Amino acid sequence: MNRISRIVLAVAALVPVLAFASGAKLALDKAPINLHDKVSLQRGAQAFVNHCLNCHSASMMRYSRLSDLGLTEAQIRDNLLLAGEKVGESMTTALDAKDAKAFFGVVPPDLSLLARSRGSDWLYTYLRGFYRDAGTKTGWNNTVFPNVGMPHVLWEYQGDQVMQVTTKVDPVSGDKVESHKLVLDRPGKLKPVEYDQYVSDLVNFMTYVSEPAQTNRKMWGILVLFFLAAFAVITLLLKNEYWKDVR
Amino acid sequence: MAVTQQKTPVTGAGPFNGVLTWVDARFPLVRMWKEQLSEYYAPKNFNWWYYFGSLALLCLVIQIVSGIFLTMNYKPSAQEAFASVEYIMRDVPGGWLIRYIHSTGASMFFICIYLHMARGLMYGSYRKPRELIWIFGVMIYLALMGEAFFGYLLPWGQMSYWGAQVIINLFGTVPIIGPDLAIWIRGDYNVSDATLNRFFALHVIALPLVILGLVAAHLTALHEVGSNNPDGVEIYNAIDPKSGKPMDGIPMHPYYTIKDIFGVAVFLLVFSAIVFFSPEMGGYFLEYNNFIPADPLKTPEHIAPVWYFTPYYAMLRAVPPMFGSQFPGVAVMGAATMILFLLPWLDRGKVKSIRYRGPKYRIWFTAFIISFLVLGYLGVEPTTVWGEFGKGLPIVGGDYVALWAARVLTVVYFAFFLLMPWFTRNDKERPEPVRVTG
Amino acid sequence: MTAIVNDQVDEKKRRWLIVTTSAAGAAAAAGVAGPFLMSWFPSARALAAGAPVEVPIDKLELGQQITVEWRGKPIWVLRRTKEMLDGLEKVDPVLVDPESKASEQPTYVSGRARSIKPEYFICEGVCTHLGCSPTLKKEIGAASDMGADWPGGYYCPCHNSRFDLAARVFKGSPAPANLKIPPHRYQTDAVVVIGEDTKGA
Repeated sequence: MNRISRIVLAVAALVPVLAFASGAKLALDKAPINLHDKVSLQRGAQAFVNHCLNCHSASMMRYSRLSDLGLTEAQIRDNLLLAGEKVGESMTTALDAKDAKAFFGVVPPDLSLLARSRGSDWLYTYLRGFYRDAGTKTGWNNTVFPNVGMPHVLWEYQGDQVMQVTTKVDPVSGDKVESHKLVLDRPGKLKPVEYDQYVSDLVNFMTYVSEPAQTNRKMWGILVLFFLAAFAVITLLLKNEYWKDVR
Repeated sequence: MAVTQQKTPVTGAGPFNGVLTWVDARFPLVRMWKEQLSEYYAPKNFNWWYYFGSLALLCLVIQIVSGIFLTMNYKPSAQEAFASVEYIMRDVPGGWLIRYIHSTGASMFFICIYLHMARGLMYGSYRKPRELIWIFGVMIYLALMGEAFFGYLLPWGQMSYWGAQVIINLFGTVPIIGPDLAIWIRGDYNVSDATLNRFFALHVIALPLVILGLVAAHLTALHEVGSNNPDGVEIYNAIDPKSGKPMDGIPMHPYYTIKDIFGVAVFLLVFSAIVFFSPEMGGYFLEYNNFIPADPLKTPEHIAPVWYFTPYYAMLRAVPPMFGSQFPGVAVMGAATMILFLLPWLDRGKVKSIRYRGPKYRIWFTAFIISFLVLGYLGVEPTTVWGEFGKGLPIVGGDYVALWAARVLTVVYFAFFLLMPWFTRNDKERPEPVRVTG
Repeated sequence: MTAIVNDQVDEKKRRWLIVTTSAAGAAAAAGVAGPFLMSWFPSARALAAGAPVEVPIDKLELGQQITVEWRGKPIWVLRRTKEMLDGLEKVDPVLVDPESKASEQPTYVSGRARSIKPEYFICEGVCTHLGCSPTLKKEIGAASDMGADWPGGYYCPCHNSRFDLAARVFKGSPAPANLKIPPHRYQTDAVVVIGEDTKGA
């Protein structure tokens, strides 16, 4: 369960170094989420449509809602829609569920709420945690999702990572201690810093998609809290005035 | 029309005097207003614990109103339920707010109820002549747990599904009839569309009606005997000979109505802070796994009930299976709630309020509160949370620490009630004052 | 002695505080009611389903009518022949509202033809009487089953309302007004968008 794993998993480490110290203890990298950065969200939307939507749906999300990101209807239609789709439709993949099951062994999950169930940090770490592993069906493995069915879709951007295992002997106990580290074997089209930026835009967008109303919600919240604080003061004055009678 | 009884005209309502006089001639408006509010005398020494009764009532109203609006867009079918909740969250104008009000309201309701019950416990509000108020209250609490359980299935997420699965299977442990009982509750071989549909009916109409009726009974009984107070001293023991009113009582209206409005303002401040800034409350009010649609073939790694059930869930897990059955744990869990009904007759103390109780009661009371809170914490966590005892230790060797802690605390919980007739009888109580203090 | 002593009552202050609290409480109630009432407006799904419809008209033959759905209503697109258009003038005297002054239609359609391009007639197929959908009776005279003097038009089977080929109602029909023309615009010569106004009109 997520909450529990979050308590167990200390959120730390800015570099994608994952120590498999004992069993389930995995550190997640903090995703640099900023839902007010509309340019980042727009880049993320583009990345999502180009790479994720081929196999995954975000069936709860309507394209028209992307006007939240500062896009006009025409921009949405021209840049993000497939031919024949309407702006009011939801973001569904063209991939047939049966075909998907045949290709990947599982139907790729709907991504509408993934950032809420897994958390943004998990997504950020996951998308940067693919490495080459000849032992799996796809030839890829992942640090936070072992033996994941999805191959590394963004490998051309990130390049090939491999898992480097070094064994040290603890000088005190004499036990062998394995440490695991991801290293870039073959660079991709993007430099590591650029790739992190690319993924953070994508995760930013997916975080937005998981609850499109959240920015709006917080904005209203400030207004409501200010009002209620004033209301509490007035009612306290009223109470104190009447309670002067009580001896 | 012949009016059989001549009443005095209503005064003091300005332009409404005429209308109210007309109504009062046909309906006991003035009498009810006086009896329930303007001439209902409540002790003057209520402290902040006394806000939670009216706040629980507010929660009930919030839940009913937001619930009615949710049913306008929610679809109680296994095919559509999950998507319809997201439809409310995304497509319905203002829908996200209504949904968060309802999900936050559920937890806030239990917070108010628990604090309200703790207050009753502390000040002896269940003691004679208030036994029935307490009993109606416990019945409200039980109905509310049912209401919350049925409602939790409706979003049809993973936690909804597996939570219901586990709880219904508890009924399956009942000897002999268990397996058939579980099937009867579900209406299917597993939790399914039929289960969802009947839970919906129970959640939106059956239990709310029961709760409303019980609340009416709870309040009627309260206004019959009058409120207790932090001193546990009856205000009707000190009557002003001139006015015939209790000397330490003040009219409910305007003094407590106005005070409660202040309580409402502060409560709404907290409520809104959660709704607008942290509706998930770190996964306690809305669990992360419930954002995954129900999948009957895949159990989430760790399932725990929502926080307000966890003290009982911890007890359930603490009891080891006996005779190859989980039923003893279920029985303990049931007994833990049922024992609350007996409280008025278990307490043999001469004073009501904890302010004048002796050291024995205070120690037991503290132990009880701590055990309830820690059990609540342990029910959220996996049993592995505090690690294992060393393998070599007798009896507990190799077992989980948290499991044994829960066992000890369960015993404390029951001991508080079962030993109460003894530790309250010859405790070194301080004398109650004749009149309420401050 | 009772617990209530009324020796410090500041009536003015109490009145002011009661009024302020009531006003703030009323504002709060209105604020809470807002989102609940708003939730009854069409959802994003309903809005998407009611979005403008693009209708290709280049395949339409002379005299042919197609029906498309927009916001759950039948919308007709009729390609009128020259003969049909010429007939519109003749029936003026027997119409209730020949110039469509009292009828609902966008400002950018005008005249007898009630259309942007006279050839293409676009109209809501909902009778202004009680909401039935009239049928097209385009044959003229005895060839139709409407009698020898029938000039071609629409007929509502529910209560015998009759309309001409610009959906203008004939005198003696129960329908009070001509059929409505929905907002529409030509995206290209071949595609008309129903539900969107022609801009600059």
